[in-house]
Amino acid sequence: MAKKNWNPKIVAFVCNWCTYAGADLAGTSRLKYDANIRLLRVPCTGRIDTLFIVKAFEQGADCVLVSGCHPGDCHYDAGNYHARRRWIIFRELMSFLGIDDRRLQFSSVSAAEGVKWAKLINGLVDEIRSIDPFKEYQRLTS
Amino acid sequence: MAKIGVFICHCGENIARTIDVDEVTDEVEEMGGVVVSTDYKYVCSDPGQEMIKETIQKHDLSGVVVAACSPRMHENTFRRACSSAGLNPYLCEMANIREHCSWVHTDEEEATQKAIDMVRIMVEKAKRNTELEPIMVPVTKRALVIGGGIAGIQAALDIANTGHEVVLVEKTPSIGGHMAQLSETFPTLDCSQCILTPRMVEVAQHPNIKLYVYAEVAEVNGYIGNFDVKVRQRAKFVIDDICTGCGDCLEACEPRSIPSEFDVGLSKRTALYVPFPQAVPNKPVIDNETCKLFTIAAEEGREKLKRSDCGECYEACPTKPNSIDFTQKDEYIDEKVGAIVVATGFDVMETSEIAEYGYGKYEDVITGLQFERLASASGPTAGEIKRPSDGNTPENIVFIQCVGSRDQAKGISYCSKICCMYTAKHTMLYKHKVHDGQAYVFYMDIRAGGKNYEEFTRRAIEEDGAIYLRGRVSRIYKEKDVLMVKGFDTISGMPVEIAADMVVLATAMKASPKTNELAQMLGVSFDKYSFLSEAHPKLRPVETATAGVFLAGACQAPKDIPDAVSQASGAAAKVAALFSQDLYEREPVVASVDENTCVACFFCLEACPYGAIERKEIKDRDGNLIKTVSFANEAVCQGCGVCVSVCRSNSADLAGFTDEQMFASIEAIWEQIEEKDVA
Repeated sequence: MAKKNWNPKIVAFVCNWCTYAGADLAGTSRLKYDANIRLLRVPCTGRIDTLFIVKAFEQGADCVLVSGCHPGDCHYDAGNYHARRRWIIFRELMSFLGIDDRRLQFSSVSAAEGVKWAKLINGLVDEIRSIDPFKEYQRLTS
Repeated sequence: MAKIGVFICHCGENIARTIDVDEVTDEVEEMGGVVVSTDYKYVCSDPGQEMIKETIQKHDLSGVVVAACSPRMHENTFRRACSSAGLNPYLCEMANIREHCSWVHTDEEEATQKAIDMVRIMVEKAKRNTELEPIMVPVTKRALVIGGGIAGIQAALDIANTGHEVVLVEKTPSIGGHMAQLSETFPTLDCSQCILTPRMVEVAQHPNIKLYVYAEVAEVNGYIGNFDVKVRQRAKFVIDDICTGCGDCLEACEPRSIPSEFDVGLSKRTALYVPFPQAVPNKPVIDNETCKLFTIAAEEGREKLKRSDCGECYEACPTKPNSIDFTQKDEYIDEKVGAIVVATGFDVMETSEIAEYGYGKYEDVITGLQFERLASASGPTAGEIKRPSDGNTPENIVFIQCVGSRDQAKGISYCSKICCMYTAKHTMLYKHKVHDGQAYVFYMDIRAGGKNYEEFTRRAIEEDGAIYLRGRVSRIYKEKDVLMVKGFDTISGMPVEIAADMVVLATAMKASPKTNELAQMLGVSFDKYSFLSEAHPKLRPVETATAGVFLAGACQAPKDIPDAVSQASGAAAKVAALFSQDLYEREPVVASVDENTCVACFFCLEACPYGAIERKEIKDRDGNLIKTVSFANEAVCQGCGVCVSVCRSNSADLAGFTDEQMFASIEAIWEQIEEKDVA
């Protein structure tokens, strides 16, 4: 299908201590992954307001990824738990609005998991390529 | 009006090979608010930093963006450069176009576009930065060392010798760790306990060291310079202050039926025990999981202990008042410290985990650590090499290296580092004790990189006649009295079968159990093998990502004694540096609450993991209470931002990652945002 070759726009909100460091490790290890991703660093995934996710979709994102520390390993104790609960509820809302819930993903990538990060991004880009660009937001606001 | 200066680094070829730096420089120059856009080969170098300083002053910049490596690498470098040029360091941002772009993407066009996007994001963020001043907090000049092995002992002594108090917590009844179990150490063949015990005694007698044995760290709160630690002192049922260490109770206790942890199961101990004769402190403890008084009471379902069940130790104790006290309970003690050194050491994989070599069923298939106990003069056989099954002297021993290590099928890809050396040592110890004995070693490689290590392994072969076979062992099975070892010698290209009297497996070195739980308590990362993560594998081997928590010894990665000691001294130096000042400078990435808009729901107070949010009363001029609002205490706040995202009235914000900055960053990802006047 012709659509398979389009470049999705993916935004990732990542925490400084785990996922950002894991992505750094992927870089130091010279692993290769798809370039269709933009990272925004936050001190903790707990900092992520659901409005950030909405804003990202408003700006044209086809997929938003929230990635932080593994359960129990949050640098600030429990911030990742707040993030995950918020993500679960928001995803339910998105589903209710009829938006494909593959467009909002959550992952736990630690500072030692460079390989996991690279695989995750490649898998994510492939997955989003298989669904259409996210036009529903524009339709909702127009 | 914002005046941002952008510096794009080539990083030699690291960035420039994949990203068209000139195109990025040109595109960035067009971005709103950017007054200078320039590139340089190595921005972090001296001339590079000078260039930043000159540009700041020449153009009176209000902010700087360095597009280069990861901020985790050089954010401090560039912040210092800005500071020395008179620009507040927190007005400097970095765009990570190396680790997150040039190093991970291959398509030049895509990488260049991504780099432009990344710089645009950081320019918008930088425009909305505010000047921040570091927060100064007082430092408690006491250290906590977790683990009393050689690394913990070294760190404790080094810190104590700088004049600061150290709390050393060890979970077994004695300090010494695995080094105390060794017979002789490579490459000198020093008697391990002879070189260790003086240090152990020094720890016990040092006026600055507070030693807890048979204790664990139960809880850690706080942050660098101000940790609140709860130590759980397990009930020993022996009153240390009265006990003289005479040992009468040890003789009285029976049965001697519990596998000794110190002898790795090769001998038995009693429930009341001292782990080894040179233990420090040399006072016994009662293991309530095996002591008759406790086990019988538990079986009968009652809590109260009956003296009639046993009490031999109490009868035997000569002190007045008696040193045995069965009413003791676990105690929780609060300690305030400013720094923590983790030295929890390692464990070895057990033979039961290896199916090919008998699942641990063959008594004469033992681990390297168990062989140490056989060779040790204080061991179960008084230093004579004897088969655990029948007590006979083995006429030959097969040593197998890399058991578990370097074996993806066993889930361990790393090398355990010490096994080549201790196996060579074992062949020598064996030969020195059994002159006619023959040692065979199955190996994949010989890793003898340390000082005098290579010469040591050659000695085993040339002087002590050890036969080294390069190949693996596929199976060990028992045939009558001997163990048939089926292996291969790749140098001759022939299969090899040896009828062995004993087999010693150099099993993999693993992180000690419960390391994960401790790491989570401290906020330290660990890898999939549970080894604790250092802040940077090359340049920061003793620090962790959590400020104030340091690493020493094998808990970080497999290593030998000299490296453990070096690392421990390194950690101690870091602690000493921290304690050399009365105030510690903290990052001002902290939360603040707008009193005017706060609706006093106090969600932030509940959500804060550090208790940094307080209730603040707002009073009028006559002292009447108008309202109570939230207040973020900047000395306690760690800057996670959870309060900001739970705030219902948009009153909380996080310096350095404000809502405005975040939204502007998102807006700037794919296109230039509308130029609004940013003050």
